[in-house]
Amino acid sequence: MAAYDVVVAGGGNAALCAAIAARSRGASVLVLECAPKAWRGGNSKYTRNIRVAHLDGDAVMPGAYSPQEFLSDLVRVTGKDLDQDLASYVVERSLDLPAWMSDQGIRWQPPLRGTLQLARTNRFFLGGGKALMNAYYRRAESLGIAVRYEAPVVELAFEGERCTGVVVAANGSSERVRAGAVVVATGGFEANIEWLREYWGDRVENYAVRGTAYNDGALLRVLLDLGAEARGNPRGHHAIAVDARSPKFEGGIVTRVDSVPFSIVVNIHGDRFADEGEDLWPMRYATWGGLIGAQPEQMAYSIFDSKVAGNFIGGAYPPLIANTVGELAQKAGLPVLRVEETVGEFNRSIVPGEYDPTRLDGCRTIDLSPPKSNWALPIDTPPYYCYPLIPGITFTYLAVAVDRAARVLRESGRPLENVYAAGEIMAGNILLRGYLAGIGMTIGTVFGVVAGEHAAGVRRG
Amino acid sequence: MAEPTSIDGLLAEGQRQIAICNGCRYCEGYCAVFPAMERLPVVGAGDLTYLANLCHDCRACYQACMYAPPHPFGVEIPKLMSEARERSYSEFARPRWFARWFTAGPRAVAALTLAGALVFAFLAWAAGRARGIFAPTESTRTFFDVIPYGLMLVPSLLLTAFLLAVIVWGFIDFQRASRGASHLGARVWLSGLAEVATLRWMRGGGDDCYYPAIERSSPLRRRFHHLTAYGFLAALVSTSLASFYHNVLDLPAPYPVLHPVVLFGLVGGIGMTVGTTGLLWLKARAAPLQARREALLNSSFLVSLNLASTSGLFLLALRDTPAMGALLVLHLGTIVALYVTAPYGKFVHIVYRTAAVLRSAAERAADEAAGGRSAREPAALGRPASTRLP
Repeated sequence: MAAYDVVVAGGGNAALCAAIAARSRGASVLVLECAPKAWRGGNSKYTRNIRVAHLDGDAVMPGAYSPQEFLSDLVRVTGKDLDQDLASYVVERSLDLPAWMSDQGIRWQPPLRGTLQLARTNRFFLGGGKALMNAYYRRAESLGIAVRYEAPVVELAFEGERCTGVVVAANGSSERVRAGAVVVATGGFEANIEWLREYWGDRVENYAVRGTAYNDGALLRVLLDLGAEARGNPRGHHAIAVDARSPKFEGGIVTRVDSVPFSIVVNIHGDRFADEGEDLWPMRYATWGGLIGAQPEQMAYSIFDSKVAGNFIGGAYPPLIANTVGELAQKAGLPVLRVEETVGEFNRSIVPGEYDPTRLDGCRTIDLSPPKSNWALPIDTPPYYCYPLIPGITFTYLAVAVDRAARVLRESGRPLENVYAAGEIMAGNILLRGYLAGIGMTIGTVFGVVAGEHAAGVRRG
Repeated sequence: MAEPTSIDGLLAEGQRQIAICNGCRYCEGYCAVFPAMERLPVVGAGDLTYLANLCHDCRACYQACMYAPPHPFGVEIPKLMSEARERSYSEFARPRWFARWFTAGPRAVAALTLAGALVFAFLAWAAGRARGIFAPTESTRTFFDVIPYGLMLVPSLLLTAFLLAVIVWGFIDFQRASRGASHLGARVWLSGLAEVATLRWMRGGGDDCYYPAIERSSPLRRRFHHLTAYGFLAALVSTSLASFYHNVLDLPAPYPVLHPVVLFGLVGGIGMTVGTTGLLWLKARAAPLQARREALLNSSFLVSLNLASTSGLFLLALRDTPAMGALLVLHLGTIVALYVTAPYGKFVHIVYRTAAVLRSAAERAADEAAGGRSAREPAALGRPASTRLP
């Protein structure tokens, strides 16, 4: 039977950070990635940057971002009931991440167009998340870390209190691997449609999963069944509006549709159902997954005209185009008369104002329900455009509780002796709801390194 | 000129892939191609030609692309650009009907070399000096004892004039079709030519080329390219100097080893021989991300340069031996092949790439003048570019 000091389940950012940190402390390490090599890297391959505190600016990050400011940003988006101790720990340790990551061969770039508002707080990977993961895998290879693909861990083996290894399903059979310590970094369960159905019913059939198809939450379930303490709302998930033509899995960033604040959004009956101009899009875009999920057939249609067509970044799919609203509705398969009525009512209720897409401009409707509070311009200039929308799930919040050493905590409060968790599977200790750009990578990298370092300290008995 | 219509299928595929790139933008730190895409509200055929010739095929974007195969989106920018580049080479070949010569492979280069050598052998024979080639005597000490200077000069001048004319013609048409910037200020010329001279866009934003292997980056391709390009320049300098010494100073060849003509020729020849051999060696190992025809054009050009430089080096080394006459004729043959195929082979990338880099430099200068933001970009409502699947 194969035996390693540290076995890492997972193949994304947290997993590779744990593996590299453990190997750097002298441990023999095996990484078990359930995806084939071409699909390795979990959700991390779709990321782009990492949020880090820093006391001085440098070539890629202008200005300072203090740990205090980072922490208060985090509390603002997710609420005060986060684990304060772990949150401050992540923020403090983030100070050291750029140097550590550079040592592993990660390269950086200054943020360019469309991302400048994150320049001070977030550090951008040259080429994005897949380039980052490629660099980590190259580093793992040069350090002599063993990596197996298509090797999902299905079980943890125990002798008494102590985890003695893992069971891997490979080639239709299962295989034991002995381990001095195990790091579980297998992400959330957003790709497990059956699990999602437990909370949301059949509507999840119509959702897209934006990231990896391999986050089935199998080990999250195993840990919970072993008595690990759950953190976060099991129903909690991050979902946004994506193009209805998106693939079921792995659509990533380019299926996202950003036309909502410039448009009106109707459901399959041709009725509006939410305020498209409530706030600046970065503040609101993550609410639209839930809003569309609550509509019949989980479908919606963003309709706008040529006046605003160049005001946002397009996606992978071209919009539907027509010369009249009616023709557009017909192309979209919507009730033509009702859509014409909705557009007419909307156009008639607009208060004239000074349109400005860069701020809350107060161009709004009156006597319309629901209202559009900003950026309300009449839809009257052909050609007309439409993006069909569905909800796209980004990640789930349900997590296992961990301590500062990344050890998994049981409901009794006692940790599992030599089982560690890192990444999305424990991010719910710190991010209970909402989102802060780059925070997932911060949590994954800090706890990956911490888990690897501690796991390397536990030698095979 | 009219927009080419023959690339409609390629254009549609290009528009599809570029829409995905523009929705993602993770690669914008690698090179000038991605920011150039972002500036295009609509991608026309001329734009695709421009982007394709701006692409240095470093493949950094391919290794970083989560939408590359086996992803169903099938984004393969290096391959797309290679296909568009290859099309543009024939599209802008002048005169048009010569473009069929683009099918010349390494074997055609070899055949042309042989034909060129035979022509010069014939000239030597016609001048009554055939013995210089096959049975050299005491009296055949210099190149001109084999081929009289005039017979060497006139064909060279004709070939050079032909090459320059075809290049300028293609450059102008290319500029027009790819909507090259019409007003290039001195600063744009300077920064653009500096980018060409340093192969800045082969650096992958500091990550170098993912070539030949997609798995890891390597500076080898850039270095071999530098050796080849600067070797070629040194050889040109050597030839020009030689004609200067011969015609202006009235000091005909041969020159001593430490003479500038010989030194430039030696350095250039070694650079080109090492560079082209290295590039061919890398090419044999490279991931298949190139249009088949462009790969063929590349090989032909590299083989042609390699033959010319290697035979030149041999000629230099053995110029005082009885082999000189035959080597001279062979070397002249390789030069004929190089010049005849140049406008219909990979040689033209020098012209089009320079034009594309200049347009990109002009666009970047305009962006800077406008405050570093494109007019299309909404300031606050734009994508917040979060991470973790934003």
